[in-house]
Amino acid sequence: MELKEKLISSFLAFEDNLEADSPLHDLRNKAIKTFEAKGFPTKKEEAWKYTSLNSLLKNDYSIFPSQENNVEFKNVKHFFLHDIDTYKIVFVDGVYSSFLSETTHNKLDVCLLSSAMNKPKYKPVIEAYFNKIAKEDSLTSLNTAFAKEGAYIHIPKHKEVEKPIEIINFSTGNEAAILLQPRNLIVVGENAQVQIIERHQSLSENAVLTNSVTEIFAEKRAFVDYYKIQNDGPNASLIDNTYISQERDTNCNVHTFSFGGNLTRNNLNFYQKGEGCNSTLKGITILENKQHVDHNTLVHHIAPNCESHQDYKGLFADASTGVFNGKIIVEKDAQKTDAFQQNNNILIDDKATINAKPQLEIFADDVKCSHGCTIGQFDEDALFYLRSRGIGLKEARALLMYAFANTVLESVKIPELKTRINKLIAKKIGVSLGFEL
Amino acid sequence: MLQIKNLHASVEEKDILKGINLNVNAGEVHAIMGPNGSGKSTLASIIAGKDEFEVTNGSITFDGQDISEMDPEERAHKGIFLSFQYPVEIPGVSVTNFIKTAINETRKAKGRPDMPASEMLKMIKEKADLLEIDRKFLSRSLNEGFSGGEKKRNEIFQMAMLEPKLAILDETDSGLDIDALKIVAKGVNKLKTKDNAVIVITHYQRLLDYIVPDFVHVILDGKIVKSGAKDLAYKLEEKGYDWIKEEVNA
Repeated sequence: MELKEKLISSFLAFEDNLEADSPLHDLRNKAIKTFEAKGFPTKKEEAWKYTSLNSLLKNDYSIFPSQENNVEFKNVKHFFLHDIDTYKIVFVDGVYSSFLSETTHNKLDVCLLSSAMNKPKYKPVIEAYFNKIAKEDSLTSLNTAFAKEGAYIHIPKHKEVEKPIEIINFSTGNEAAILLQPRNLIVVGENAQVQIIERHQSLSENAVLTNSVTEIFAEKRAFVDYYKIQNDGPNASLIDNTYISQERDTNCNVHTFSFGGNLTRNNLNFYQKGEGCNSTLKGITILENKQHVDHNTLVHHIAPNCESHQDYKGLFADASTGVFNGKIIVEKDAQKTDAFQQNNNILIDDKATINAKPQLEIFADDVKCSHGCTIGQFDEDALFYLRSRGIGLKEARALLMYAFANTVLESVKIPELKTRINKLIAKKIGVSLGFEL
Repeated sequence: MLQIKNLHASVEEKDILKGINLNVNAGEVHAIMGPNGSGKSTLASIIAGKDEFEVTNGSITFDGQDISEMDPEERAHKGIFLSFQYPVEIPGVSVTNFIKTAINETRKAKGRPDMPASEMLKMIKEKADLLEIDRKFLSRSLNEGFSGGEKKRNEIFQMAMLEPKLAILDETDSGLDIDALKIVAKGVNKLKTKDNAVIVITHYQRLLDYIVPDFVHVILDGKIVKSGAKDLAYKLEEKGYDWIKEEVNA
């Protein structure tokens, strides 16, 4: 049976098991119909022109994990920011691991979507926010149909969360192939502040396909700092659908570090609904072998006097491929918008490919929009300069890669995370320099 | 120390150097002068190992060893230093971190351990003081947003740290005001010993008032057409290059 049919028939059994009076019942039914009508995206669609899911869809994924699988903390400790105190929401094969997690209900909610969906106390929040900004495209709808588990984070107004929150999804490989569909809902109240780190990590070579949806709502003057670490195993693929809604005077930043995995597609969508918003989208992509990463960004400027800043850097070795598809829409009312987009790529090997496509749709007349895209090789003059000071070719290249990635790294606000990313970069490029950026 | 014999070099099949002969011994200061496009900077780059240029004939020997096939970093490890006319900007890497990397990479190549941090700091302080470099400057990203003068002073700072046997200063005087020029020259002179040598490449004799050469060579169209003592530089300043061209043509 093809994956699509399998999912549709599984849905009936899945819905039967849920409480019939669930307020989300209609939503799920509508979502599965949308998925049924649209199917998985193909390369015929403009937004998927450079990324094919075909080879991934051939696997026979198990859709519901058969059991709760245990993972020992000592074996996965290094995937956490273990040198500092953090809240943790951890899932193993899609099932919440109370053992690995550290949640709270004390003055803020850092917990599970499943419990929030089932408890009357959370009903108003779920009704006000759940699935309110997610698009009705096929993959998001598929996730909505099966949405059951994920992180639920609610920061009340004026609360500055004192430590970062980590959301980690492990897959054990106990199934030959597994499809995971985490669903995260994050509501950041007025004038509140939060830092969140999200990671998907397979612990085996077995196939994993994750179709994740995250909705983030930033209320007035809220500050959200979100980091995605994508350094997964060679048979792990990720489709990340993130939607961020910004009310007035909010500041939302998403950094995406894509170093691993098989195929990664990032659908990152920002909606600036109130005046004075600031959105930052930054990414470092370092790929090798046949890895594929597709950054598909949307910044939708709806209100006036807002800014957006995009800076994506990519380094592509071997036969790896990268896609950058960055869309900026400036609505008629969004006067005085300042939108900036930059995408710089270095192709290390002849077989590496990058497809870059900036798209600007501007309906306002008093705006400042700029975009720039470069694709090149290492600057020979810079290499010669470094080598003439006694620095070997490999180290010289590494230094230039660090320098290249620096504009993205410098805005990482959690020092321990910055150290971690530095180390990941050093490992990825096979050189350890005696210092950090 | 350095022997260049009948050196021919080309880039994209265009001949740039057409038979250069030059001997530099320990303890000497040589000045190489010539108009734009005569091949001065090419010569400097070739000695330092830039592979954009193809050596089509002749040889470069350093301390008795043919270096013409060596990588730039190997030449640096042997003690050759080139101060760039246009130093490259490296964002995110501080001057201090960069020089540490350069020194320790050189030590590693020689099978020596990293320089102890305290020794490194002491040396950085000493050399920064010599060149009147502010401590804040050292934590800035290498060459990023530096003025022309800062870039050149930073080049000489790196030279001071690396203590090369042969330093080639490629138009270090361009972009320097007179005060900066004096500081740079003072630094170079302080570092000068009987065991090392300096090649100064310049358009103008101004720098040679402060770094006094033992020999002055004139390059025209890829060849050294005239060599002499310091007074040759004055004559060039006064009369330009035309009289030499006429001499050569005659």
